Amino acid sequence: MTDSQSIIGRRMPRPEAVRLAAGRGRYTDDIDVAKLAHIAFLRSPYPHARIGAIDSTAARAAQGVIAVVTGDDLAAICKPWQTHLALLPGHKSPPQHPLARHEACWQGEAVVAVVADTRANAEDALELVEVAWTELPAIATPEAAASHNAPVANSAMSSNLGLEHSVSVGDPDGAFRDAAVIVEHDFSFGRQTGVTLEPRTILAEFDRRLQHLTVHHSHQVPNQMREIFAAQLRLPLANVRVIAPDVGGAFGMKLSAYPDEMAVAALAVLIGRPVKFCADRLESFVSDNHAREAKVRGRLAVDSDGILMAMEVDVVSGFGAYTAYPRGSAGEAMQAVHMSAAPYRLQNFRGHAQGFFQNKSPSGILRAVGQPIACTVTEQLLDLAARKLNIDPAEIRRRNYVDATKSAKRSVGGSLLNQLSLNRCHASLLKLMDYDRLRQQQTELRSRKIYRGIGLAAFIEQTAVGPALYGPQQVRVSADEACRITLSPDGGIRCATSITDQGQGTPTALIQIVAQEIGIEPGGVEIVSGDTDRTPFGGGAWASRGAALGGEAALRASRRLKQNILKIASTLLQSEASALRIESGAIVNAAGLEQMKLADVAAAALYRSHQIPLDELPALDIIESFAPRDIPHITANGIQGAHVEVDPELGTIRVLDFWIAEDCGRIINPLLVDEQIRGGVVQGIGAALYEECIYGHDAQLENGSLVDYLVPMAGEMPDIRIAHIETPTKATTLGARGVGEAGTVGAAAAIWTAVNDAISPLGTTVTSQPFTPEHVLDRIAAKK
Amino acid sequence: MSELHDVAFTLNGKPVSARVEARLHLADFLRHTLGLTGTHIGCEHGVCGACNIMIEGRSVRSCLMLAVQADGSNIETIEGLTERNAIADLQREFVARNALQCGYCTPGVLATAAELLARCKPSRAEIREALSGNFCRCTGYQAIVDAIEAVAQLPPDRGT
Repeated sequence: MTDSQSIIGRRMPRPEAVRLAAGRGRYTDDIDVAKLAHIAFLRSPYPHARIGAIDSTAARAAQGVIAVVTGDDLAAICKPWQTHLALLPGHKSPPQHPLARHEACWQGEAVVAVVADTRANAEDALELVEVAWTELPAIATPEAAASHNAPVANSAMSSNLGLEHSVSVGDPDGAFRDAAVIVEHDFSFGRQTGVTLEPRTILAEFDRRLQHLTVHHSHQVPNQMREIFAAQLRLPLANVRVIAPDVGGAFGMKLSAYPDEMAVAALAVLIGRPVKFCADRLESFVSDNHAREAKVRGRLAVDSDGILMAMEVDVVSGFGAYTAYPRGSAGEAMQAVHMSAAPYRLQNFRGHAQGFFQNKSPSGILRAVGQPIACTVTEQLLDLAARKLNIDPAEIRRRNYVDATKSAKRSVGGSLLNQLSLNRCHASLLKLMDYDRLRQQQTELRSRKIYRGIGLAAFIEQTAVGPALYGPQQVRVSADEACRITLSPDGGIRCATSITDQGQGTPTALIQIVAQEIGIEPGGVEIVSGDTDRTPFGGGAWASRGAALGGEAALRASRRLKQNILKIASTLLQSEASALRIESGAIVNAAGLEQMKLADVAAAALYRSHQIPLDELPALDIIESFAPRDIPHITANGIQGAHVEVDPELGTIRVLDFWIAEDCGRIINPLLVDEQIRGGVVQGIGAALYEECIYGHDAQLENGSLVDYLVPMAGEMPDIRIAHIETPTKATTLGARGVGEAGTVGAAAAIWTAVNDAISPLGTTVTSQPFTPEHVLDRIAAKK
Repeated sequence: MSELHDVAFTLNGKPVSARVEARLHLADFLRHTLGLTGTHIGCEHGVCGACNIMIEGRSVRSCLMLAVQADGSNIETIEGLTERNAIADLQREFVARNALQCGYCTPGVLATAAELLARCKPSRAEIREALSGNFCRCTGYQAIVDAIEAVAQLPPDRGT
């Protein structure tokens, strides 16, 4: 018999992993349908160019070609769109079309679509399309975009400025005046991109008779996309179904409505044949959303004990050519400012963010949005202050942690902090690292000219974000997560969730929650997700919400269903409902003796309800939805530690060890949690050491392949040791906080502080992420 | 359109023959012509390893090989390796340790691991080195290393 108390918290493997490890995943490109046609896009080779005449005569005549379509052709059936954020009205780019019309604004923007019987034939025909391009001046960097008399990235705009935001708290000037020590640092964050191993893929089918559109979409938020497809293609919402089958990684990159994907849906409607588009890796680099590009200047004032007095940050962010739709591109810079010093007590702050449009791929959401920047700036400045005051880096953090263990507080940038466990995480991490021994060893090795560094990064992770983020912006993004839970005729439980999965394993967490709450074996729970026709309305996967919000909805629905099952059972058994419980799928009495199976209750209610002596039959199909409505989000926290060795002759950096102590609240499944943390950490290490979309001054992407864009591989990555502190959040009954972004929020910062600790005897610091050997050597040489 | 060639090889223990375009790469042939979608395409330029399959017992990038070049060879894909239980220990350890998230890299990783384990009893460092041709964006690699190490530690007659 199952100990029903132990299902939550179990290291339960994912049922779907068996299928995936056998190569039986079903990703969008694996799906084939009759009469399927394939799409290839002609993309602008220029960062900025006027589109003149398009001659597709030869392409239309090429083998296998079904249609050659331009922006003007699609404009007839697909409305343009434009991101509006009500609270940031200046964050606006011109209306966007599925295929560019008149003007291409980044290298890689789709301009012409060829539809053919095979992808190869479509690509062949693309080469026959003639476009009369007129190159226009291109804006590469935010600095160039900001300069006086700069050309505009899009001729329909009057300026490149897309965000101007300031915040001031307390008396920063006074605090800087009175400080014992002021440190400052410049930071450059390279442009990154998601590099999901499964590229963006979409298959669209349109039934002309029924005017019904079905889209299989490698995406995180099918409900959002359903509404967008319906609105832009002028179809009733009821006539659109979006299915997200197995998705090969997403990380925020698959949250936007991409113009080329809109073109695929529009083409299905236009030509009345099923069409598929699968981005190849080269076009992924120039058409997936990018993220992170920012320059930051940070200043920090502390007193003689290292207590924080004031902080100032100035963030300049590069948006690319258009705002991402519908969520915008301002989040990175806004979070970079507002999450400053979030784990620490601080009263005085000034933040300024600007964002500029440029002729580069549009930027959008990438795991942790802006929080890695805020964390890096804060942690690096803290280390500089500690060094000046000769205080140990661990000690200066310990002295400054905000006390939000019991009562809720706001960080200086306004972020809600509640039930934090920073001190406990701190103690746990130092023990895990054997911190004092590492410091001793570091000193010994330095005398032999071996440069090892120890880096720390405390972090706050905003999780389970509620409607207060997009609601006030009047952006139609659902923050509610829903669960529909049903007793099946065989006594099993079907759980249809609005949560989607791209590998996180949330369905398994939901199985555990439902099994425990109802009282059945996990194998008796069926999960349905990723299909707007079969699941309740809700957000999907964004902002670390799967277990925290989707899990809470599942818990609430399970409890109600259980009550109703027991009520029916008690009637059938002529017993008090309070004297019965459900264990391992059976109704048992107070003595623990089995009275009947859940399948018997189901059969009675579903097939012989006339025999149940109740005026109203309790529902065996329950829907619950949940969002944090009285708080903006839940908060997770932790601290990460990195140990690196820098070779000052070669400029290379080796990551020797990595540790993290974190608190994601109640842990549903440690296997899933640890995977989220490790994967997130490695993405942060990748940001600090390897990843960058390198653009020339002419705004051409120079490294758009996996050969040239470096990602973390197994050989360079360390084992990552994890310690958990478990403080269940009071915001939900379940108590899970969310963990999807924790690793990424702080990992790059831990590498920054570790590398700069390692080279501190050389009197220099690194300032530009990723830390290429060239950058390390330049910084060392500049000091000599 | 490029010229057509006849190709014949052994695929998952059974003979296959087809007439293919010269330019068709093996991964596309397996996926789109033969419907073996367990072989995944991640980059088509030989870096990511998602398309790794076994040819003559060696792990090979099927995106860097033309279908015509497979003529006369003995090929196994994830479907065939699974069917004959050749990698059952690996698959069991991968599932038990959650050494996959989205699962897109997994068939290619398993091909690399199978070749490695057939060759030697690798250390952790050797496993990481061998995996350096397989990109996984989700896991951070550690659980993959753990799973392969666990199989490497099995008694010789048990290992796959």
